[in-house]
Amino acid sequence: MSEKLALIWPEFLLFMTTCVVMLTGQWPNASVRRLTPWLCAIGLIAAGGASMMAPPGDGLFPGLMGYSKLLTAGIGLMMLPLLVGTVDRKVERLAAEGVPFQPIRSNGAEFYAFFLFSLTGLMLVSSADDLIWLFLALELTSLPTYIMVTISTQGTRSQEAGIKYFFLGALGAAIFLYGFALLYGAAGSTDIPEIAAHFQANGVGSIGLLGILISLVGVAFKVAAVPMHFYTPDVYQGAASPVSAMLAFVPKAAGFLAIFMIAGVAGWGEDGRLPAEVDALLWIMAALTMTVGNVLALLQSSVKRMMAYSSVAHSGYMLVGVLAGPGIAGADAPFWQNGLAAVLFYLLCYGVMNLGVFGVLASLERRGEEADEIDDIRGLCKTVPHLGWVMVICSLSLLGFPPLLGFIGKIGLFTAGVSSNNIPLVLILGLNSAIAAFYYLRLVGAVYFEPASDTGFRASPYGSRHFASLLSAAGVILLLFVGNGLIKSADNASRPDSPTSEAAPPETDYRAGDDLHAGHG
Amino acid sequence: MNPIWLILMVLVPIAGALLVAFGNARNAYRDALFASFASLVPALMALLEFDFTDSASFQGLWSVGWLEPLGLSLSIGVDSIALLLILLSVLLGPICVLASKTAITENRRLYYSWLLVLQAAMVGVFASRDLILFYICFEFTLLPMFVLIRMFGSTNRVAASTKFFLYTFTGSLVTLAGLVYVVYFAAQRNGEWSLDIGVLTTAAAFMSPGEQALVLGAMLAGFAVKVPLFPVHTWLPLAHTEAPTAGSVILAGVLLKLGTYGIYRFAIPMAPVGFVEYAPTIAVLAVIGIIYAGLICWIQDDIKKLVAYSSVSHLGFCVLGLTAVNATGLSGSVLYMLSHGFSTGGLFLMIGFMYERYHTRDMRRVGGLASKMPVWSFFMVFFAMASVGLPGLNGFPSELLCLISAFQADASWVAAGEPGAAGVTLGPWYAIFAGTGMVIAAMYLLIMVGRICFGPLTEPEGHHAHDVLPDDLNLREIITLVPLAAGCLVFGLFPGLLLDAIQEPVNQTVRLVESAQELALPRPGAGPETDAGVLMILDEAGAEGANP
Repeated sequence: MSEKLALIWPEFLLFMTTCVVMLTGQWPNASVRRLTPWLCAIGLIAAGGASMMAPPGDGLFPGLMGYSKLLTAGIGLMMLPLLVGTVDRKVERLAAEGVPFQPIRSNGAEFYAFFLFSLTGLMLVSSADDLIWLFLALELTSLPTYIMVTISTQGTRSQEAGIKYFFLGALGAAIFLYGFALLYGAAGSTDIPEIAAHFQANGVGSIGLLGILISLVGVAFKVAAVPMHFYTPDVYQGAASPVSAMLAFVPKAAGFLAIFMIAGVAGWGEDGRLPAEVDALLWIMAALTMTVGNVLALLQSSVKRMMAYSSVAHSGYMLVGVLAGPGIAGADAPFWQNGLAAVLFYLLCYGVMNLGVFGVLASLERRGEEADEIDDIRGLCKTVPHLGWVMVICSLSLLGFPPLLGFIGKIGLFTAGVSSNNIPLVLILGLNSAIAAFYYLRLVGAVYFEPASDTGFRASPYGSRHFASLLSAAGVILLLFVGNGLIKSADNASRPDSPTSEAAPPETDYRAGDDLHAGHG
Repeated sequence: MNPIWLILMVLVPIAGALLVAFGNARNAYRDALFASFASLVPALMALLEFDFTDSASFQGLWSVGWLEPLGLSLSIGVDSIALLLILLSVLLGPICVLASKTAITENRRLYYSWLLVLQAAMVGVFASRDLILFYICFEFTLLPMFVLIRMFGSTNRVAASTKFFLYTFTGSLVTLAGLVYVVYFAAQRNGEWSLDIGVLTTAAAFMSPGEQALVLGAMLAGFAVKVPLFPVHTWLPLAHTEAPTAGSVILAGVLLKLGTYGIYRFAIPMAPVGFVEYAPTIAVLAVIGIIYAGLICWIQDDIKKLVAYSSVSHLGFCVLGLTAVNATGLSGSVLYMLSHGFSTGGLFLMIGFMYERYHTRDMRRVGGLASKMPVWSFFMVFFAMASVGLPGLNGFPSELLCLISAFQADASWVAAGEPGAAGVTLGPWYAIFAGTGMVIAAMYLLIMVGRICFGPLTEPEGHHAHDVLPDDLNLREIITLVPLAAGCLVFGLFPGLLLDAIQEPVNQTVRLVESAQELALPRPGAGPETDAGVLMILDEAGAEGANP
């Protein structure tokens, strides 16, 4: 047991920060309250550092933890400045005018604490080696986001979004919990490597197969994949932009990690393919998710809704990588064959570039209201040049325009898809990128070419939001030059512990030969 | 040849673009002119240092790793064909800047910086020896052109730029899938992931004919749109018509050639058997394009649209030469790639100069300019004749070679064991139908010249003299035209200059196709030793491109 505890040091650190943040967030003294985001940052940095030192785990993918936790901490750190100023504006204004601070009216403590809770959940998902652990971790990721959506603005739209998100989320959870139960029924264990070993030895069987399929459909909610994508536009639009940015990354990352594990239970066989039924389900899901997401995004005039559908589409792209699996050569497969590594790297790319678009929206305000319609960002390159350029760079990157980050990420998915012989799906991916070009170009066109339309939106007074947007654009470009190490660690992270991992007894020394942390610097 | 010249040809325009973008708006034109002239220096050095006695091997090779887990590297190198296309791109730089002095009055910094970025990207396309680097540059040319059309185009620019971007971007993504498949195949065959174009070319010839057909289809999806080949040509007239003059010149001069260059450099060597198999189909599309676009030209009143459609028609010859897959056809086609930019680029400049004075492109509203603009009319007639294919000017030798190649790719010619025939792809009928395209070209271009230059002087109502420009061309405008006119004349009178330079690489491509054919369809009695021989030829073809 104590060995297991050693694996979750980053989570501990985040949890301890959460406890501190809960207190400082409602401290009577305003200067202490202002420290809260800084404390969160310290916690995230500590967690990131701890994740680099943590030993490899004992799940299906021993290296997964290190990379995912570092990713979580890194993207969390980038999101943090964006979250500043989302809640408690009125309370703080009144407090500044001398009205005594009333903790009961403040949401600051919960907001930051829930943010960290959600990230803790994501980290726990990556260390999961047990179905119950996985379920609890997934729920820990999602439950705080329901509340964050609801309290993120004062409007009724957020409340509607929160309720919708909560009930559909509960439905999704119920579905994959049912799937987990069937998996337990089929294998007689909740331990993921044991289930995988059982399936490896005895075949998946119909109950096991049903369990896997149902779990995948349930987890599709987290990644916003068809058929569980319906909530995305409403929720993203209803929530404040910083929270939408978080929704587009945190639950999606958790979902993909869970999908790795569920698909890993079924196992990519000798030919590098999942069992036929699972393969077919994911294939259809990927094709539909990309197409539905992109086509519906075309029709939107609200940037947030457009980005919501684009988030759906990007999940579809990443499912191509899941289908490709860790590559035919198993542990020896190079990066370009390794679909899982491509997904992990794409998650990073998506997290960085997506943040920029939402960051721009969050950095534009009209009496406390954030920009949303495409009209609101027209001519941004002339009115607020730095935000305009962030929008241009991040949209082009999301579109996969070479040589930006999104393109490099997509190349990984392309090569993995082709080398797993999923060529029709790769073509669908290519054509979908072309459809996506249409609406991303509208964004670029609106900010860069069109004359400014005065809808009353001004640069937000919260400088940290501008900082977050610029950080994201800088990331899109800088990662092109320093992405080597990250690609390598994504590659290492997605290795099954050995070609016959499923059969390996839990006592195996996974540490041997694992140079996961080599590339982190 | 020292790779530094290639690198400088990319870096100098980029540095110039930065200088213009962050410099003073008033100096934008001057700085851009300086940068574009400055990039002529490395171009000249490259030309001088290039060893034309060994023109088929890639020279100036240089490589540095970038994102190694993906196998990406920045590796460059040119053979004579790539070098000449690069020189063309660099030469067009100062011409485009000079031609824009009075045409672009607003947002000059943006305009000139994007123009220079475009030049750098074009050099990158031809210089890449890494497949993904090629693709990155190939795609990246879209962005500057998109901005140029969208911001500096005429009335319908939004639709034109969007259509341009989406057409080419969509096609290219399918191309990417095809290219990645080649990489995957080569990686499986060689047991090593490589994006080096030479290595890939060697390995790709071993793909089964079925695979080759699929790869060819994927590649053509992108390259045919770029050429453009009938029926995916519809973006071009719109983009050409709406683009600013310099944009049209670059589009006609270089960007369209990216498509034919792509076919020459990738589609033919990487899917040789597939290409020979489907060459007749592609040739039919090319011939349809020649005739159909020519007929459309005939009825145009918009002079710029007329020249735009004539580009579609002319590029049809270029593709026809490629589909013949013999030495004559490939050299004719490459010659056309190099020389078409001179005549059509010249025509677009002429139209731009006229448009600046009359603000119309409608031949019903303006005409008979010879009496008012004699110098302009002289150049107009000259470039129109070059475009028609008048012997002695640049259009003629290349069109002739392309037509001859269609005859040579006939069964009787191949059976007779005549040299330079890689396979039966075409026949006399292709040449006969394509030949009518030349007749049609003569008709529409002569009609155009007749209406715009001769006859009674017609000027749009309310026309008044331009504030800055004289009635006829000024010295700056003449200077922009002279190099193009000289090019037309020199390449028309001495096509041998270029043909000699491109002969070796073209012959090697033909040999590669031949040996790949033998590999795919082994003759009876041919054993493993044939295989070994074929391998040697392929290796030889590929190794010269491979990085040390």
